[in-house]
Amino acid sequence: MDIPKDRFYTKTHEWALPEGDTVLVGITDYAQDALGDVVYVELPEVGRKVEKGEAVAVVESVKTASDIYAPVAGEVVEVNLALEKTPELINQDPYGEGWIFRLRPLDMTHLDDLLDADGYQEALESEA
Amino acid sequence: MKRTPLYEAHLRLGGRMVEFAGFALPLQYTSIVEEHLAVRRGAGLFDVSHMGEFWVRGEEALAFLQWATANDAARLKVGRAQYSMLPNERGGVVDDIYLYRLGEVEYLMVVNAANIAKDFAHLKALAEGFRVELVDRSEATALLALQGPKAASLLQGLTEEDLSQRRKNDVFRAQVAGRPALLARTGYTGEDGFELFLAPEDAEAVFLALVERGAKPCGLGARDTLRLEAGFPLYGHELTDTTNPLCTPWAWVVKKEKDFFGKEAMLAAPCREKLVGLVLETGIPREGYPVLSGERPVGRVTSGGYSPLLEKGIALAYVEEGVEEPFFVAVRGKPVRASLSPLPFVPLK
Repeated sequence: MDIPKDRFYTKTHEWALPEGDTVLVGITDYAQDALGDVVYVELPEVGRKVEKGEAVAVVESVKTASDIYAPVAGEVVEVNLALEKTPELINQDPYGEGWIFRLRPLDMTHLDDLLDADGYQEALESEA
Repeated sequence: MKRTPLYEAHLRLGGRMVEFAGFALPLQYTSIVEEHLAVRRGAGLFDVSHMGEFWVRGEEALAFLQWATANDAARLKVGRAQYSMLPNERGGVVDDIYLYRLGEVEYLMVVNAANIAKDFAHLKALAEGFRVELVDRSEATALLALQGPKAASLLQGLTEEDLSQRRKNDVFRAQVAGRPALLARTGYTGEDGFELFLAPEDAEAVFLALVERGAKPCGLGARDTLRLEAGFPLYGHELTDTTNPLCTPWAWVVKKEKDFFGKEAMLAAPCREKLVGLVLETGIPREGYPVLSGERPVGRVTSGGYSPLLEKGIALAYVEEGVEEPFFVAVRGKPVRASLSPLPFVPLK
């Protein structure tokens, strides 16, 4: 499973990539593989304020619906509208074109509470 | 968990194994959507060895089956098959089944895996007083389903039997890849195709020979999306021991002009709800989601999912009799417009 070292991770299989004073959020390669074909994504409204761990989006695969949680508290400032027409981007490019939403964290230092790539790798191994 | 004779082959082919009706079976090998489309456009191959097989033999086999099943078994000629149901004494359904007439006084009944023990006990009790022998050969029978528009041409390469002479619902014996098989031009995907009943020790060789010739291995995920898109019921969802089949699109199965066990109760039970097909404007409906008329709950989704051909969410749902469009489905609490659809959801041959 691909786990890029340039970003942070959650135990619930989201990634968070810092970009200026915002973070892009998506799901990991492991998560998209476990879900299978993604066929629908319910995106949050721009401007929504969210708590850490709050369900923000829903990714639906053929077999199941899965909540996507905010990795840190903040405000949703952008959503990936391309997913409305091509939700399969999450399968094809989970760390790139398949990003789901952009948050402006209340405090960028909250990202330090998340897992790094090695920590996520270990979390996956202990889950298995 | 029980294993089918193809368990090792599934693992080697990359099947993601899940538990279904007590069996370890592949949910998918590559992608449910890919496997679904392979069956609609080419040929897909399923291991359905978990299904139950009962042999019914004897002088009064037909009389017994007429009593135990809702369809008219007397219409079955030797070498022909029909979809049917086992009614219970309360107007509901014990199981939905496929019945094959193999000889003058010999029939094969295929039942749902989850219902094998219940069905056999029910049939045993009904068989009292009939000169008939009932044998459960579920464990000794492997079953493959080769489905799709290219199923016949693909299978033709492995048998000397002229398949062009075989119609839908024919059942016959033939050698496939050098192994003895009982073949039926049946299936549950809405496509042309064949089901192959095999000895467990022959199953893997035949399965791999079909894969070698281009059949795509398909898992339970695609099996469910295919049957849903085809508008077929799944026992435990659209049909249950309290569902009156006369209130469903499958009422045609019930032949009221003949006598059968539970007939009076079935005819007496009023239809308070009807089964409908729904296509959602957006989102994916799942089993148990409420169906609304305005804000009022008027029904529930019994099977929901994604249609790879429509690229939309589709559902089978029971709604109150007499309620008309517009319907909404509450997707995680939010009402989504759902239009009525004829069944099947997509045009099928």
